Amino acid sequence: MTKLLEIRDLHKRYGATEVLKGVDCDMAKGDVVCVIGSSGSGKTTMLRCINMLEEFQGGTIRINDEEIGYETVGGMRRRKREREIARQRLLTGMAFQQFNLFPHLTALDNVTLGLIKVKKLSRAEARTIAERWLERVGLLARKDHYPGQLSGGQQQRVAIARAIAMNPLLMLFDEVTSALDPELVNEVLQVIKDLARDGMSMLIVTHEMRFAYEVANRVIFMNQGRIGEEGDPREMFVTPKTERLAEFLKTSTFR
Amino acid sequence: MELGPFLNELWIVRYILLEGLWRTVSISLLAIVAGSLLGVLVGLALTYGALPLRWLMRGYTDFIRGTPVLVLVLASYYMLSTIGLQLNPFEAGVLALAVFCSSHVGEMLRGALQAIPRGQTEAAKVIGLTFHQAFIYVLAPQAIRHVLPTWVNTAAEMVKASTLLSIIGVGELLLTTQEIISRTFMSLPFYFFAGALYFVVNYGIERFGKYVERRTTIPS
Repeated sequence: MTKLLEIRDLHKRYGATEVLKGVDCDMAKGDVVCVIGSSGSGKTTMLRCINMLEEFQGGTIRINDEEIGYETVGGMRRRKREREIARQRLLTGMAFQQFNLFPHLTALDNVTLGLIKVKKLSRAEARTIAERWLERVGLLARKDHYPGQLSGGQQQRVAIARAIAMNPLLMLFDEVTSALDPELVNEVLQVIKDLARDGMSMLIVTHEMRFAYEVANRVIFMNQGRIGEEGDPREMFVTPKTERLAEFLKTSTFR
Repeated sequence: MELGPFLNELWIVRYILLEGLWRTVSISLLAIVAGSLLGVLVGLALTYGALPLRWLMRGYTDFIRGTPVLVLVLASYYMLSTIGLQLNPFEAGVLALAVFCSSHVGEMLRGALQAIPRGQTEAAKVIGLTFHQAFIYVLAPQAIRHVLPTWVNTAAEMVKASTLLSIIGVGELLLTTQEIISRTFMSLPFYFFAGALYFVVNYGIERFGKYVERRTTIPS
């Protein structure tokens, strides 16, 4: 069976600073992988390389055996064309820490924009799909509200609906609860848990340890640009093999 | 001062004054429309252009914005003819104002586009929009809303700047008024009347701007 995601020896530099120093990661279809680690460890950067929001200088990323972002022509590695990269970005969906909803569009129009302009669906088809997903995240009643009229948790749920409606193979979540007030965190985590139950493949960068423990079938602990440790959360969180992870877990709160 | 003689004179010159007013309005309109179209190109070049183009446009906007409009008007009328471009006063004046307007609109648009958080572009990218589509459906609608109030202000500035065309002999409202005064010697009431007309035009522009702003405000 081909892997859904295959990252090999991923290297990423900002100028002289190397933030990813050779990361490998595999995911099969239906996997829910949580990436944990202190800030600056490279977890968000890794996520953003997968959909080419960041360039990377070494290594390969494959989704369903298709190489992402770069191609090798005559021994020279070069960036793929922008149009090709735009198409490859549809293999994944992403939810951001800051939601990034389009403020001038209603919740419904936020979701339908990509369906109409990228997937070329008719307005009616797009609306049907968008309404289905807004209902799934519990916001159908607010579909005509603008982002500014929604709470942070509601905005994030719309943002997740916007990403999932495009029917990606893999969902990327980048610290989606970090900008939320504590009482709004759970409604967003619940949506992600529901998606996990449906068998959605997800790669989740998070600081919510209890959530990672409950939802992930594998956890990756990143440390200084490398994978420090990975495995089943039930083992990792109880008996960490490395001192770094033990230390990290001690400073994290399980709530 | 007697009001009667003034009203009498005003009635006599009503068509001449109207013609001057119309010329002021048409100069302003042409300058605003042409200047804004040009300004959008300037703004796009300033924001997304390749580095040499960006430098060129930066030089253009800084130079134009640092030059008094009167100098632009005079240059456009007297200097262009020396390089063989014969423009009549009306054309030269509109050109100068449009160029002036474009540098302001360009700078406004650049500011508005750069003020949009980077996350907006990223969110557009991850749903598969190309740069072109992201600009049309995500960035431009936000930038335009942002620019609108300042743009209305610029439009009103253009109306005021159109008075400078009287220097090169364009018979707009101010020059027409001056001609009437030199014949009637009623400087106070006619200047006052012209001032009132300018006010009405600019007040109208401002009200229109407020209306459009209200219509396009994003609910929150």
